[in-house]
Amino acid sequence: MYSQGLTGEQSELEETPEFLAAFQARIDREEKIEPNDPMPAAYRKTLIRQIGQHAHSEIVGMLPEGNWITRAPNLRRKAALLAKVQDEGGHGLYLYAAAETLGVSREQMTEELLCGKAKYSSIFNYPTPTWADIGLIGWLVDGAAIMNQVPLCRCSYGPYSRAMIRVCKEESFHQRQGYEIVRTLAEGSAEQKEMAQDALNRWWWPSLMMFGPSDSDSVNSDQSMKWKIKRFTNDELRQKFVDATVVQAEKIGLTIPDPDLKWNEEREHYDFGAIDWEEFWRVVKGGGPMNRDRIAARKKAWDEGAWVREAALAHARKRLEREAAAKEAAE
Amino acid sequence: MASNSELIDVLVTLGDDHLILGHRLSQWCGHAPMLEEDLSMPNMALDLIGQARNLYSYAADLEGRGRTEDDFAYLRSDREYRNCLMVERPNGDFAHTMLRQLYFAAFMKPFWERVAAGSDDRLASYAAKAVKEVSYHVRHAGEWVVRLGDGTEHSAARMREAVDALHPYTDELFTVTQPMRKAIEKGIIPDPKDIKDDWMVTINLVFNQAFLAVPEVAFPQQGGREGLHTESLGHLLSELQYMQRAYPGLSW
Amino acid sequence: MTLTLTPLWEVFIRPRNGLNHKHVGSLHAADSELAMQAARDVYTRREEGNSIWVVASSEIVASDPDKAGENFEPAADKVYRHPSFYDIPDDVGHM
Repeated sequence: MYSQGLTGEQSELEETPEFLAAFQARIDREEKIEPNDPMPAAYRKTLIRQIGQHAHSEIVGMLPEGNWITRAPNLRRKAALLAKVQDEGGHGLYLYAAAETLGVSREQMTEELLCGKAKYSSIFNYPTPTWADIGLIGWLVDGAAIMNQVPLCRCSYGPYSRAMIRVCKEESFHQRQGYEIVRTLAEGSAEQKEMAQDALNRWWWPSLMMFGPSDSDSVNSDQSMKWKIKRFTNDELRQKFVDATVVQAEKIGLTIPDPDLKWNEEREHYDFGAIDWEEFWRVVKGGGPMNRDRIAARKKAWDEGAWVREAALAHARKRLEREAAAKEAAE
Repeated sequence: MASNSELIDVLVTLGDDHLILGHRLSQWCGHAPMLEEDLSMPNMALDLIGQARNLYSYAADLEGRGRTEDDFAYLRSDREYRNCLMVERPNGDFAHTMLRQLYFAAFMKPFWERVAAGSDDRLASYAAKAVKEVSYHVRHAGEWVVRLGDGTEHSAARMREAVDALHPYTDELFTVTQPMRKAIEKGIIPDPKDIKDDWMVTINLVFNQAFLAVPEVAFPQQGGREGLHTESLGHLLSELQYMQRAYPGLSW
Repeated sequence: MTLTLTPLWEVFIRPRNGLNHKHVGSLHAADSELAMQAARDVYTRREEGNSIWVVASSEIVASDPDKAGENFEPAADKVYRHPSFYDIPDDVGHM
């Protein structure tokens, strides 16, 4: 949200123990860190990685839902879905801008996505074969995203926190939109209900995986918690999501595909079955059903748009030259 | 109600133009040349789809047979659609898409301005809102046509190709069907020939800055107003109407 | 000015008359008109405002955080600039 010129990448900064302690003290006092502030290189790197991944997830996330914009079943749904996918693009834009305050350009981040170096949420590597998938994405995927994103509004890095406040404000219609679609199907014909149940069966486990590896296996978690980039652990958020979602499924008569799911009186939480982490890692590493298609679609848009971006810049250069010439002529 | 049948026809024709063009624009969402444009094109598409919904709903109310906006959009065939051919043309590249938008918006702006002052109150109220939306479309598409026309050599060549490909479809904007003639006589909509000058002024203004020339068209293309479409409309509708055709009569 | 990367712009929106324009975020655009349109399309989709400013990020001059001490801390002990510094009898009414 500030220019490249405004973000001093503090190369000469020496990270003495005193500096690191003072930085941690600022975080502990709940002070926000702003773009120009001195910060440990690792803090900057962690944020660039996380915000970049988050932005990429929004952008790639436009594709599975965009798959149904042209086939939405009525005009009301069509308008809502288009507005929603558009919002995802906006969220990607806010997040890229937040990452740019740390001294990385959008072009760089885009290239890292396209060459496979940067990751994005692996949930978007699953396909959307039916209209019910659009409902399920809104209900579960956006629901899980909200669980993740609400605490990020209090993230220690100012630009990220501000971007997330904006995102969360806009996202509030997304989950409701999805749930309304699923509810309509669940209360519709037998065929529609089956379509909804089938989609729930396919999206349930990948949604739980969205919170990332278990706390015991999560490499970045501890330091991120200490820096208040993260406020809750992966497992805490996953539990919150399960607890909230079970009731919503019951309400519309759909069955969550987990035989081990049951209320635990003692913990006052739902217990749930084991997540297939092999599947998770397979999809993260590129083995999901849609990994190739997603990156190919982004690459196509980027490559085929190059001449447009170049033309706009060429025109801008011409304007500046003409203005300069006119000024010279006037003098 | 016989006296309404012409107005219903006009509303559906206009609705078709807006729905089809909105649908075409929406195909860009997630695939635009830059992220900012991934937001701009859906904004225009949402304006157009919103206008189509108003127009169809009004037609449905006048008809009084219990049909809805969705019946008009999803349950009519290719031969029953009345949109002009230009709006159904495939998106092509960004130059084609922006030029098509400019051609259409430059026509609709003076059209809606006159409808807003016309004799049908309900349509006039939709027009008043549409004028603001379409004014922005003229600006947005016009600025892009200028940038591509006066950008790189490559973009200028693409822009000229787009003009050659799409200009033959502009004549149809100015055709008048029988029902339109009645609506013109009643002062509901303007006679397109009276807004041709306005349209030309906008196009010339943009083309001058974009170093583009208005071509001589040997063979103008039309037929959409009579339901005779190019081959691309059938494919567009098979996608648009897929759910309603595959699962008839259900609520979504 | 050499333009090789699409420049960054800062966007300021005035929610309604009577309020200040407030920084809401940024975007990329090749020139000021495209930046203005993008700001409208990106940042006012939900009636967020009635006026937009876009400023090329490169044109903004920012204070140096290393000089935050000398810039801002000297104001801290000038308590006499605040009304609560002065003793006024309660019965003179609001002043």
